Amino acid sequence: MTACNTAARETAARDTDPPLLQRTPLYALHVARGAKLVPFAGYEMPVQYATGVLKEHLHTRTAAGLFDVSHMGQIVLRPKSGRVEDAARALERLVPQDILGLPAGRQRYAFFTNDAGGLLDDLMVTNAGDHLFLIVNAACKDADEAHLRAHVTDLCEVERLDERALIALQGPQAAAVLARLSPAAAAMRFMDVAPHDVGGIACLISRSGYTGEDGFEISVPAAEVEALATALLTEPEVWPIGLGARDSLRLEAGLCLYGHDIDTTTTPAEAGLAWAIQKVRRLGGARAGGFPGADAILPQLAQRAPVSRRRVGLKPEGRAPVREGAKLFADAEAGEPVGTVTSGGFGPSVNAPIAMGYLPPAQAADGTTVFAEVRGQRLPLRVAAMPFVPHSYQR
Amino acid sequence: MTTLFTEDHEWLRIEGDVATIGITNYAQEQLGDVVFLELPKVGRTLKKGEAAAVVESVKAASDVYAPITGEVVEVNEALTAEPSQINTDAAGSWLFKLRIADKAELDGLMDEAAYTAHTA
Repeated sequence: MTACNTAARETAARDTDPPLLQRTPLYALHVARGAKLVPFAGYEMPVQYATGVLKEHLHTRTAAGLFDVSHMGQIVLRPKSGRVEDAARALERLVPQDILGLPAGRQRYAFFTNDAGGLLDDLMVTNAGDHLFLIVNAACKDADEAHLRAHVTDLCEVERLDERALIALQGPQAAAVLARLSPAAAAMRFMDVAPHDVGGIACLISRSGYTGEDGFEISVPAAEVEALATALLTEPEVWPIGLGARDSLRLEAGLCLYGHDIDTTTTPAEAGLAWAIQKVRRLGGARAGGFPGADAILPQLAQRAPVSRRRVGLKPEGRAPVREGAKLFADAEAGEPVGTVTSGGFGPSVNAPIAMGYLPPAQAADGTTVFAEVRGQRLPLRVAAMPFVPHSYQR
Repeated sequence: MTTLFTEDHEWLRIEGDVATIGITNYAQEQLGDVVFLELPKVGRTLKKGEAAAVVESVKAASDVYAPITGEVVEVNEALTAEPSQINTDAAGSWLFKLRIADKAELDGLMDEAAYTAHTA
């Protein structure tokens, strides 16, 4: 059992080595609730609690789960002019999204691009009325901040909100639970963002998440997050959920994990993220281009330039999970690999193994059979539409 | 009947010249929810330390190594249909049985008291 030995060694190392990992303000709560903590993006994070990944996953799909995502970066772009349009104009230099057209109180999925048309990070952008509010990935937050400072400081102040925590309440019962503590917040619709008091604590709430379920993400001062999390966990529907279930939930929902399914080498068209680039920034749009890599990205979206690969959903035909890194082949026996699995595992709600990866357009049509190499054997998988579990956003 | 343990968190029940092998409760706790199991073929001779089976949890795939040298005489096919049994009853969920090639290899294994100390 190699994995066990590794775990034992890591535990031993944690006991003796000087602390190198950061902790979120909910660290004590995680420990008290029996979390198994693992290093993730420089933080000591709960991968699961006592009940385990499978039950946590299923509970989130049927009731409600509370996730600590305080490791993620929260960044404010404050326009020096006081006009939010100036911050939007500045951010549009770095992302291919329509930020100027994002109404106050609304949120949008976005990504920072590089000159080759690849992705530096994906993020959520909120028009908070007089400023923009960004949520970025933990592993990228320092680089993202530097990137913003290098390109928008003529028009905006860039403020990292490191004194704020972030929690997500996800699942079909999330709205009913939140309504008890904050009736107004529960009346929001998908991708709305607004300040609300929750049990007397001032929060910034969005109706969004990373599970495919209805739910909320709640930004809250670090000093108050433990009281808020405890209040939410007191509600009978709510369980604390670790990163393990967060990963299987987002995979079933067909959502990309940065650094795995998308990275500096994947373009939006390859990654199946064309939907996230609004018309106004595309060829022929009023504000076409003007972001890094537009020359590579926009012709692909207009189908004037070919893509060499596409992100696809994959369903192994057997029960064996096919994991990240597995090479994909067009043929059961011969040939060179044609693609790679970028995320894969067991989908508890699908009750079967699921994966996503990249394949050439010739193999990327739904229903195509490809083969993954697992422990020296080629296992058949079928290209399948995503999401694997339907989204249930409250639009 | 003697039960022995390996440092790699496997248990062996010794009955005559046959060893029945599974993973320990400590191992299943570390692995988490088991969702897939791959067992060796009956008739295959495994060398001590060779990868014999694969236990996959929602989190990762882990090899189970042959704790001793021997020929596979039986595998627990029923368990492959219900791999989560390992989580509910690790001590009762055997994976495969080996005909022991060299009883001297058993001397290097731990008894229950030693294993308990090993995982403490």
